[in-house]
This record gives sequence, structure tokens and C-alpha cells, in this order.
Amino acid sequence: MKHEETIFSGFGGQGALFAGQLLAYTGIAENLYVTWIPSYGPEMRGGTANCTVIVSEEEVGAPIISKPTAAIVLNLPSLEKYGPLVKPGGLLIVNESLVPARCERDDIRVIYIPASDIATEMGNPRMANMLLLGAFVQATGIVSLETVMSELEKHLSERQRKWLEPNKEALQKGAELAR
Amino acid sequence: MAKELLKGNVAFAEAAVRNGLQAYFGYPITPQSEALEHLSGRMLELDRVFLQAESEVAAINMVYGAACSGVRVMTSTSGPGFSLMTEGLSYIAGSEIPAVVINMMRGGPGLGNIQPSQADYFLMVKTAGHGDFHPIVLAPSSVQEIIDMVGLAFELAEKYRTLVYIAGDGAIGQMMESAELPPMQEVRQERPAWATTGAQGREPNLINSLYLGAKALEEVNLRLQKKLAEIKAHEIRWQEYETEDADLLLVAYGTVGRICTSVMREARKQGLKVGLLRPQTLWPFPEERIHELAGQVRGMLVTEMSAGQMLEDVERSAAGKCPVKFYGRMGGVVPMVDEILAEVQKLDEEVSR
Repeated sequence: MKHEETIFSGFGGQGALFAGQLLAYTGIAENLYVTWIPSYGPEMRGGTANCTVIVSEEEVGAPIISKPTAAIVLNLPSLEKYGPLVKPGGLLIVNESLVPARCERDDIRVIYIPASDIATEMGNPRMANMLLLGAFVQATGIVSLETVMSELEKHLSERQRKWLEPNKEALQKGAELAR
Repeated sequence: MAKELLKGNVAFAEAAVRNGLQAYFGYPITPQSEALEHLSGRMLELDRVFLQAESEVAAINMVYGAACSGVRVMTSTSGPGFSLMTEGLSYIAGSEIPAVVINMMRGGPGLGNIQPSQADYFLMVKTAGHGDFHPIVLAPSSVQEIIDMVGLAFELAEKYRTLVYIAGDGAIGQMMESAELPPMQEVRQERPAWATTGAQGREPNLINSLYLGAKALEEVNLRLQKKLAEIKAHEIRWQEYETEDADLLLVAYGTVGRICTSVMREARKQGLKVGLLRPQTLWPFPEERIHELAGQVRGMLVTEMSAGQMLEDVERSAAGKCPVKFYGRMGGVVPMVDEILAEVQKLDEEVSR
């Protein structure tokens, strides 16, 4: 049964919440059940931001979970917090550019991607989230990359339109790196 | 209509619009401010009334006024705002007019915080304002259910000329989930016969909650109680999961109710015969069904994001027929599946002795 409980976490502004939403939109487009819930509090720019996304073939019970099946960490505090919580057999995807540490666990799959560096080379460091999402989709197969791209097209604001193609390339690149 | 990804606060606001909401009065407070944000655009676009009042006290009295004129009206808030509204709520109840109030509960007491909570159960279900009355209290556990309950709330409010509360929490407000909105409904043009719409050419309608004579006020109260008895007879709602063969029962509502569906699945994997009863109306409460199940199961576990408020109603309903245990988290902490599961295992051991 398709079922992933994923935490996206990073600094505010890195696009962790948007990457999670894009996964949720994609899940609906592929007729799966989804929930997306952010950590919310009196936040400030540069503070931490994370969300939990559940994509499943069965109706979602608890929308908030203590042990995710996958975690996508965009910065060091997120690795420290969620690295140890990933369920055995699960997946951890690390933004190597901003995380000067390794995860010592051998009971999960860990993928390191220098996402911020590659995104910068591709024209915008803020596309790191799409690289990591691409890797996640490739590694889990929970949804198809094509649907992620078509949903991105639907949900990117008018103002961000010019970044559509570069973001698609970032998704593609991330997927290649997770092969 | 197709399923879309909707945030709870936006979903209930848009559901109200599509159910023919004519006027909204409110004051922003986290975790439900997205509702005001959404309505401030939508209501004006549709040439309806949206007004951000100077406080919750003002907002509820505007709701009172608009409700008297027979329009479909609503407000929404969170704990601190709800506390401010209680005087107006009692006036609305005493005047027997329909209104819908949504409370997306947050951590308390006091200013507390903005995380999810269910600690306003007593406030909403037991002490919703001074005097003898009960609002109908609906408790959604998903974005879809809060959408559906907004429609139901208007229907019940108008059918019984009563207050209807929706008891949500910060998690349902902030969560995005796949859900389907209802089709756009025409705004009702005619006003009810009792409404104060201008008395030219007819006897004036008087809406009031002041009765100086004790006998007269007792008459009003007797009529109110008769209506509440009727509501109790017809409007109790709940959902059951795998209760047929259950010998342990979880009782939980709202966000915790859905978390308990996961607890139940996990417990069943471990061979425990666990069922779940999720009240969808907190008043009237599914007391008879819980009483019945108390005769079937070996024990019950009530779980809430509070110190144990609905617990009292479950204990009252079970009436000593089986042990009733409690697990709660407070202050905005959401209980996790494995924590509740551990309590279920503990309960199983205790009642097996």
C-alpha cells in the first residue's frame, strides 16, 4: 500500500512548506488521500519552518506523527531534530550544502544532495526545495514526477511564472541524483 | 465538484459563503484568522456583509442584531474571543434566534498560545453563557467534516431557532486536506415571519430577552427546555468504528478523534479488540449509546487535548458499568498515536487482571 508520512523542514524562506504543499497537491491529483499540516507558532523570518505531509491509499487518521517514514531536511537544526526520528527502513534526504554533518544511522536510507549549491548554479538558490522533492519522489515512487511538474504549473503564482521551467529542471535534476 | 487541497479555516469560510451566508462579523484571532482573510474578499465580491468589529464583544452583538433581522449570520473566533462573546451568546439564546459560532480552540487558560486544544469543552458545552440553555455543539474531525457541518449548523440553527457552535481546534484550522466544497447556493431572499424587518402594514415583531415578571420568564424557560428536549431527541450524532466486536472502547472527538482511528488500527494489529466512538455532537451527547457500549466492553479510554472535560460526560453516560480511564495532553500539545496506544495497552492489562 502506498503510504508516506513525510516531514519537510528548514529555515523560513527555504520553501519547506511549499515543497510539502506541492507533494500534497500531487497526491490529490493522483487520487490519494493527503493531509498537510504546518508547525505554526509566533514565527519570524529565519526561524524554523516545517510541515508534515501524509500521502496514502487509505484515509488519513493522525495528521501529526512522531516518527516519519521520510524526512527532508534543508538545514542543520532540522537534521538534528528529525534525523533520529525517521522510522527504521525509512528515508532521509539532506541538503548537503547547508548541513555540515552526516547521519550515523545505518537502518535508514540517507541521500545527500548539495541542493543549495546546485540550485545556485541553476540560477536561484531557492530552488533547493525542488531538487530535494525530486529526489524524494524518485526514491519513494509515491507519486510520479510528471504529476509533480503539472501541479507545479497549476500552483505557481503569476509572479513566479518565470521560474517554472528552472524549477522543473531542478525537480528533474534531484530525481537523477537519487537514482 | 472535485476534491481540492483546502485549509480548514478557508474551507469553513467558503462553505459558509456557499451555504448562503449573508453577514459575517468577527475579530481576527489565531488560529482562525485565515477565515476572516478569506471572507473579507469573498463577501464583498458577492455584495454581502463582512465587518471586522472593534472587538469580539461588538462582533457577537452585531451577530445578534443581524440574526434578529432574519439573515443567515455567523462569526468565528478562538478561546479568548469566545470568552468575550459569552454575554452576547446568552442574549441570543434568550431571544431564541438562529446564529452560528465557530471556535477553533487554542491552548489556554488566559492568552495561552495558538496551538491546538480542546480545553473549551466546558465553556462551549456546559457554560456557554449565563442562564439555562444549551447550544447545539458540533465537533468536526476533518476539513471535509467542518465543511459539511457548516451547512448542518445553519440548517439546525434555523430549524430550532437556536445557537449552534462548531467546536474545532487549531489543527483542523491550519491543516490542509483533500476535501470537496458544496455547490453555490442562492442566498435566501425571504425573511422568517418572526424577524424584525420593519413593521409597516403588520403588527410589530418583538425580539427580547428581558422579562421582568418571574412567571413570564419561567414560561420562556419552560418553552426553551421543551425545545432542548426535542433537540436531544432528534439531533444526537456520532460515528462508530469497529465497535461490533470491541471489548475496549476509545472515546474521542475532533482532531483527537481522528488520531484515535490510527490508534485503533495499530491496536488491532496487535490483536487488541479496540473500537472507537467519536461524538459529532457534544451537545446533545451520545449518552445512551455510550451507556449501551459500557455494558459490552471491558473498559473505555477517553482521550482529549484537555485535563479531562468530555471525560465527565462519558463517565456520566457509562454510569459505572465499566472502568473509564483518561489520557490527555494540555497547553497546545497534540497526543501522538504511540502515547495513546500505550494507554490502551495499560487499560487492557488493568481490566484483564
